[in-house]
Amino acid sequence: MKVSPIERAANYVVLVAFALIVLGPIAVIVSLAFGPQNASAAREGGWFHPENFPEAWEIGRFGQYMLTSVVVAVIVVVVSVLASILAGYALGTMKFRGAGVVFSVFLLGIMVPTEAFIVPLYFDLRILGLTNTVWGVALPQIAMSIAFGTYWMRTYFRTSSRALIDAARLDGAGSMRILWQVLVPIGRPAVLTLVLLTFMWTWNEFLIPLVMSPNGSVRTAPLGLAFFQGQYTQGTALLAAGAVMVALPIVVLYVFLQRHFIKGMIEGAVRE
Amino acid sequence: MSDGSTTIGRSATRRSARSAWVPWAYLAPAILLYGAFLLFPLGRAAQYSLFEWDGLGASTFVGLANYAEILQDPRLREAFWHALVLVFFYAVLPLAIGLLLASLLTRAQVRGLGFFRSVIFLPQVIAMVVVAVTWRQIYAPDGPLNGFLRLIGLGALARPWLGDYTFTLPAVGLIGTWVCTGLVTVLLMAGMSRVPRELYEAARLDGSGPAREFFAITLPMVRGEITVALTLTIVAALKTFDLVYVTTSGGPGTSTTVPSYEIYRRAFELGEVGVATAVGVVLTIIVFAINGVVNLIGDRK
Repeated sequence: MKVSPIERAANYVVLVAFALIVLGPIAVIVSLAFGPQNASAAREGGWFHPENFPEAWEIGRFGQYMLTSVVVAVIVVVVSVLASILAGYALGTMKFRGAGVVFSVFLLGIMVPTEAFIVPLYFDLRILGLTNTVWGVALPQIAMSIAFGTYWMRTYFRTSSRALIDAARLDGAGSMRILWQVLVPIGRPAVLTLVLLTFMWTWNEFLIPLVMSPNGSVRTAPLGLAFFQGQYTQGTALLAAGAVMVALPIVVLYVFLQRHFIKGMIEGAVRE
Repeated sequence: MSDGSTTIGRSATRRSARSAWVPWAYLAPAILLYGAFLLFPLGRAAQYSLFEWDGLGASTFVGLANYAEILQDPRLREAFWHALVLVFFYAVLPLAIGLLLASLLTRAQVRGLGFFRSVIFLPQVIAMVVVAVTWRQIYAPDGPLNGFLRLIGLGALARPWLGDYTFTLPAVGLIGTWVCTGLVTVLLMAGMSRVPRELYEAARLDGSGPAREFFAITLPMVRGEITVALTLTIVAALKTFDLVYVTTSGGPGTSTTVPSYEIYRRAFELGEVGVATAVGVVLTIIVFAINGVVNLIGDRK
């Protein structure tokens, strides 16, 4: 469509303005992270202090918290994606009584606020001795991820080619073989997107690890950052360095795979 | 009936009997995990909400008293009111900005649209704790925002943004706007790119200006996307927890407390598990009701 050069120029102005509004705060935290730690360091001169990062890593114990985050994220991603693929396969390709009800119940889980079930779950898991363990932090997130993952994989399997499934069946392949040797390999982009979204949501989750590990023994990176802020109210530079380190893994993935993130979040949002 | 056909008949029956449990075998791991760690505790929440319990000792059945408390306790009423204010900042404001931005962008073929889309979507992938820590620094009394205001001669407006009874809730809300606008815009851009170009060409031949084009063509065509955007952002506003926990802890006073923060505080700091779960149940009902209403309005053609 043809538009006037003035309108085109105005569009670029608006684009740049919005990009700056988004990037401004990110630039602020990054520049603080490389800035001097206090007034006396500022007087000594120098505005570039990369040593803030190893120092924050050490003082804020981010090494330990990142490791916890990785362990929790791997458990949640592996278990929930596997369970979602299996469930999505059943709901997407098989006809059986009760399929509609089961699907609605999974959809419900996408909407339920964490706050609603986390309180009773904490007290029940405490009786089982699972609070302050990796499993206490991972299991509720597995359940939440399965709700979305099942919905996501069902959508993929519904659109996958029936002819292909029938051909594989004629060749004598069982339903397990059709799933793992035909559908999953073709559906790698759908599975990759699900893995990325689940990893991101698990890495960024705050309430569940806060509630499930009251003594702090299973503290994930975002929690480490929140408590770091509580303890080091003066050290803005170190706090900023910590914030950058907690955000970095997802931001790096996003920069390389942004199509998958955007597609996943948009398509996942648009429920049929 | 020949032997052959009987065999076929029998094997068909056997196959259908077998295929009856096959889907359930595939569903079993998901149903077990989802049922045990989400559905079951959700049911338990309804049960807990009828008791008075401090999390340690014996519990007492109190019927609907915890729900009555939500209506009576000014602090809880205030929390729900704050959630509504946040809905304005998380949903209404981003929708207004997103509509403007997306319709501008789809009117003209602008270079670098893909890059722009990735940039405005970026806040969605950053952990809310990181966002909160960042904005705390920006809002600090001697932080960049006040520095900027003094620089442009508006120093009189400078204030401790997160320590001011009047301005803290809007200040926290604007962080939500910053996070949600990209998501809304990208959703609307996807919707608008599907509107057939010919509609606009025809409208222009009829002499319609940009405003008429927007209200007569664009807006009705992206109704579905608006519905989705509102549902997502309203739910995000109602569930706000990490942002408030990290920036203000509900303060100063009770000026920024929200339902999810009250749930956490009452269950794990004050030992009022019954009231906390009742607030959780009410929050869930509100989320479902809003989903229902927004979708109902969105679907009506």
